[in-house]
Amino acid sequence: MHYVLIGNGIASIGAIEGIRRQDARGAVTVIGAEDSPAYGRPLISYLLAGKIGPDQLALRPEEFYKKSGVALKLGTRVLRVDPKAKRVHTDKGEAVAYDRLLLATGGKPFTPAIPGLEGPGVYNFTNLDHAQVLISLAKTMKRAVVVGGGLIGLKAAESLFDRGVEVSILELAPRILSLAFDENAAQLASRRLMDAGIAVHCGVTAKEIRRDETGAIKGLLLTDGLFLETGVVVIAIGVVPNFELARDCGIKVDKGIVVDETMRTSDPEVFAAGDVAQAKDLLTGDNRVVPIWTNAYNQGFCAGKNMAGAHEPYVGGLAMNSISFYGLPTMSVGTVNPPEADPDYEVAATLDEKKQSYRKLVFHQGRLVGYVLVGDIDQAGMYTAFVKFKLPVAEETRRKLVSGEPGVLLWPDEFFNQTWNPGTD
Amino acid sequence: MKRVYPNKDFCIGCHICELACLTAHSKSQDLIIAYTEERTAEGLSPCKRVFERGAQCVAISCRHCDEPSCVAACISGALRKDPETGRTVYDEQKCVGCWSCLMACPYGAIRRHPLKAKIVKCDLCQGREAGPACVQACPNQALVYEER
Repeated sequence: MHYVLIGNGIASIGAIEGIRRQDARGAVTVIGAEDSPAYGRPLISYLLAGKIGPDQLALRPEEFYKKSGVALKLGTRVLRVDPKAKRVHTDKGEAVAYDRLLLATGGKPFTPAIPGLEGPGVYNFTNLDHAQVLISLAKTMKRAVVVGGGLIGLKAAESLFDRGVEVSILELAPRILSLAFDENAAQLASRRLMDAGIAVHCGVTAKEIRRDETGAIKGLLLTDGLFLETGVVVIAIGVVPNFELARDCGIKVDKGIVVDETMRTSDPEVFAAGDVAQAKDLLTGDNRVVPIWTNAYNQGFCAGKNMAGAHEPYVGGLAMNSISFYGLPTMSVGTVNPPEADPDYEVAATLDEKKQSYRKLVFHQGRLVGYVLVGDIDQAGMYTAFVKFKLPVAEETRRKLVSGEPGVLLWPDEFFNQTWNPGTD
Repeated sequence: MKRVYPNKDFCIGCHICELACLTAHSKSQDLIIAYTEERTAEGLSPCKRVFERGAQCVAISCRHCDEPSCVAACISGALRKDPETGRTVYDEQKCVGCWSCLMACPYGAIRRHPLKAKIVKCDLCQGREAGPACVQACPNQALVYEER
């Protein structure tokens, strides 16, 4: 059995570990376009900020690949998949035969249509190369504008600022972090960034990038008429599934690569996982692209086991983000912005602006379906349990959750015993 | 593999497991020094957590899950499954303090280090001959260390 994994991110790490749970011997080959061993993609902001060195990026120790019996083909791009012949063709002229294939090609940065975008001075911030380019530029860069006030944009801004660059953030929505967080949490994060000295412009975006006669960027004209002088623009609007390989060989794609409950694509020998896959969502039950780190690992792990002969359904992804802004920790899990008109949802929120602390719980029909925490995050996992395991929330439990005292003793007895004391009943 | 199993029917909430854990993970290996000096000066923290609800209590710590959520969530590779021992192992040097594991672990078994941007998590007292100190110290056999 030869397993070939295209893509060398966290989904592939999950897949390797999943395959080895089932099959100790089958050959595994990982083909990765980037030239480095799998690294923690979110770590590039820590690298750009100078908080960690390049030696701390690897997700697994050096001996991992050897011990797991994995052959790496790095710096290699797959040009084409031939599902009939069960081969992939690379830019090195190789044809690699597979028995089972995993497509874990992740996402690629989304680039909006802005006049003047083409040309030097415009950068993304989603991979190690981007980070290294920005690190070298930061030495001479005076100002930068980050387009996009989502998680990637804010971390890019913070990291550049840490390198002594004057930074402005542009966000088209009325507030930053509109996807992952609610208004109060976004407000606290926004204030923390502004207190540090970063300019945050909401409700606006770049109308035009102005360049001088040499082609160098002079600045950005905003939709509200303001002109921001800058030599560097970082585009961080988001990523879209990088699914061309699948689409071009006839594998079914929708928003992402369509997979069944075992992470198998429309081709029975081909699986998909991670930011490229459109897989089950735990809370809604439908299939969607949820580009979340944890989901990528779990999907890879599930795909890996199933590629190696198991038949285990993917339990479904749960959107979750944990990120700090200048030491202010924030978390969001599950549904955090419920439809306002829906009476089945109830929200309990506690905001303490002085302490920079916020807790929002979202209940739906007697269950906790999501939460936001800012500042005091220590009980997070205990809230996650209620969301993930869909535990019932009766009166006393609800009171405890709302007052910030979740705990395992609020779990139903039987579930508690199965979890903590299995095999004793 | 052997794991620590807590029994809430036997637990009396005495927190002795926490003190034993603290001592076992201290430099001094001495309860008084660990508690009075290392805890305050270095932020030494127990990996145990005692929950209470009315008269009920239980002391929990990392379950060393077969398929741990914390490993899936870890962005830095600091947490991983050791395929040989089955333990969920933590490399403090690699941890960047993003708290993803703390959010993802539905068992509340991970805590923040009080002083550093690092986490604190049970390592089953790796290398300790008598096994996990919490189990050894529990006065009411509410904690057992066994294969199930």
